[in-house]
Amino acid sequence: MVGFGRYLRRLGMPVGPGRVLSFVRAVAALAPAGRDDVYWAGRATLISRHDLIEDYDVAFGAWFQAGRPVSIAIEPADRASTPAARREELPDRDDLEVRVGTTSARWRPLDDDDEPGEEEAAIGIVASDVAVVRNKSFDELTEDEQRTAAALIRRLRLRAPHRSSRRTRPAAKGQRFDLRQTLRRSLKTEGEPLKRAWRTQRTRQRPIVLILDVSGSMAPYSRALLLFAHAAMASGTRVEAFVFGTELSRVTPMLRQRDAEEALRRIGETVSDWEGGTRIGDSLRQLLDGWSQRTALRGAEVVVCSDGLERGDPEVLATQIERLHRLAHRVVWVNPLKGSPRYEPLARGIAAALPFIDEFMAGHNLHSLEELGDLLTR
Amino acid sequence: MGAVFESVDAVAEALRGASYLPDRGLATAIHLSLALDKPLLLEGEAGVGKTEVAKTLAALLDRNLIRLQCYEGIDASQALYEWNYSRQLLAVRALREEEASDALVHDVFGPEFLVERPLLAAIRAGDRAVLLVDELDRADDEFEAFLLEVLSEFAVTIPEVGRIAAERPPAVVITSNRTRELHDALKRRCLYHWIDHPTIEREVAIVRLRAPEATEQLAHQVAEAVARMRTMTLAKPPGVAETIDWAHALAFVGNGSLDVQTAEDTLGMVLKDHEDIELVRPVLPRVVAGDA
Repeated sequence: MVGFGRYLRRLGMPVGPGRVLSFVRAVAALAPAGRDDVYWAGRATLISRHDLIEDYDVAFGAWFQAGRPVSIAIEPADRASTPAARREELPDRDDLEVRVGTTSARWRPLDDDDEPGEEEAAIGIVASDVAVVRNKSFDELTEDEQRTAAALIRRLRLRAPHRSSRRTRPAAKGQRFDLRQTLRRSLKTEGEPLKRAWRTQRTRQRPIVLILDVSGSMAPYSRALLLFAHAAMASGTRVEAFVFGTELSRVTPMLRQRDAEEALRRIGETVSDWEGGTRIGDSLRQLLDGWSQRTALRGAEVVVCSDGLERGDPEVLATQIERLHRLAHRVVWVNPLKGSPRYEPLARGIAAALPFIDEFMAGHNLHSLEELGDLLTR
Repeated sequence: MGAVFESVDAVAEALRGASYLPDRGLATAIHLSLALDKPLLLEGEAGVGKTEVAKTLAALLDRNLIRLQCYEGIDASQALYEWNYSRQLLAVRALREEEASDALVHDVFGPEFLVERPLLAAIRAGDRAVLLVDELDRADDEFEAFLLEVLSEFAVTIPEVGRIAAERPPAVVITSNRTRELHDALKRRCLYHWIDHPTIEREVAIVRLRAPEATEQLAHQVAEAVARMRTMTLAKPPGVAETIDWAHALAFVGNGSLDVQTAEDTLGMVLKDHEDIELVRPVLPRVVAGDA
């Protein structure tokens, strides 16, 4: 039975030792337990998510019928493509080092000796261009304009969103009358409630989770978005960032670097699938399965930046974004393609995801990134 | 704990006796929940009888049902306890001629000034109660953390009174409509069961049990029609409760069998959404008769 629990864990189900213990106790409580009893005992103790029931059924059948698992046959479909197979989908990676550092040929890093003072000066000189840069799509910017845009993005300051918490704190002027405290104070004045006490609602910072698509089709925008993520990091402690192409990587620690260029360079070294294909659904699944316990997705502002050109199964995307939607406070989808006036969300991926998105934004130029910043602080 | 029921079959048998028809999985989950003293977390579509489980269980075990209905913004003072401030104020004022001493403070925060809310009531009642935490997904997630704390200890500490602990934990049933995902920490502590819509045979049996005035034929037709409706993409697929209501209504209208006209007249008993009704009405003959 313990073996079955471990087997489920190997299949990627969240089955911890506590659950296995409950399972064993449950089967013991049912003794003498038939196959049916073991099945139901396991279903009640080992899993607690509706969408895992099917996986559980398959796994149960495999484990208890054959005695030992037929590991290849029941591997979940999405794991079938091995890392090696996935890698083949990627374009030539010879010049990875170079491209990684620069993200794309169009987006050069600022020179190392580019001092903040100079940046300011540079912006001063091209002040009249700022308006142009702000409204021009990232993929149409000239090299100089890119520098200006990068510098401007870095200077974006986000205020972290707050939500009111359930708890209250004492306040001189609050909305809620604090009977409990008033009563205590009244004891000093022989039960006459002379001084009234008030409480007000506490606020807590809402977590922000940024999920950035760095696949090939997003190349012109990924650098700008990463810079945006870097700027967002400075807004508070509860910001998490992930990038994905075919698989997901957490880049929060890298982005915590003060220096944006250094941060991007280090992300480049760690992330392996720059400019490959896009598997949004699978990547979101990795996020929800693997990180939801450690990352504050619950009640968070979740920003997905992707063009929605999904290579995987749109069904997967729809279910995963629905899961995300249930956990998060708000799901914002930033799609650079939306910047084009002729754009309609017809791509299979985005069409599947659309019902579960709260805000659908462009994010193709500086102006729209500023809008995104405003939206998040609201 | 000495098992309340001997076996899974005994649970199923007892539930059937109380007019609730469980499937094997649900009976197992209930049995385990009672035997292992673990809360039972029930999820499923609306109207599959999640709340009913707790009610039936309470009736069956002859225990008090203590219900905590969750809603957005519920907090500890609504779920656990609150002081009866107006009584306290009156007491303080009545006593103010005397010395305002520590003893007085002690008196005013005595147990008799405590207003019991469902969780405290359940802790005090212990195994004489069934605690139903209904629609937990509606509450804020901080409340969930608080509930987890109470469920793991079955004890609360009230600063002025002291620790109140249950001698034997009450039976706990938690329901969720899955409008949002519950915390894993809470789920780990519970036994989980997903209640599906019943099979046609089981639904017929349920209708026969709950609406005995409906004929065998009517029960079959109603169950089948409802099952067909559930395969359509409706905003609010009918639950078992709706099936039973419909059977009641049709039997009341005096029909021994279901025909398209009566079905149309009474459609509001099963479908509670205007769009759904508009969707089903044109295909009603097919829904009722079942041929393609």
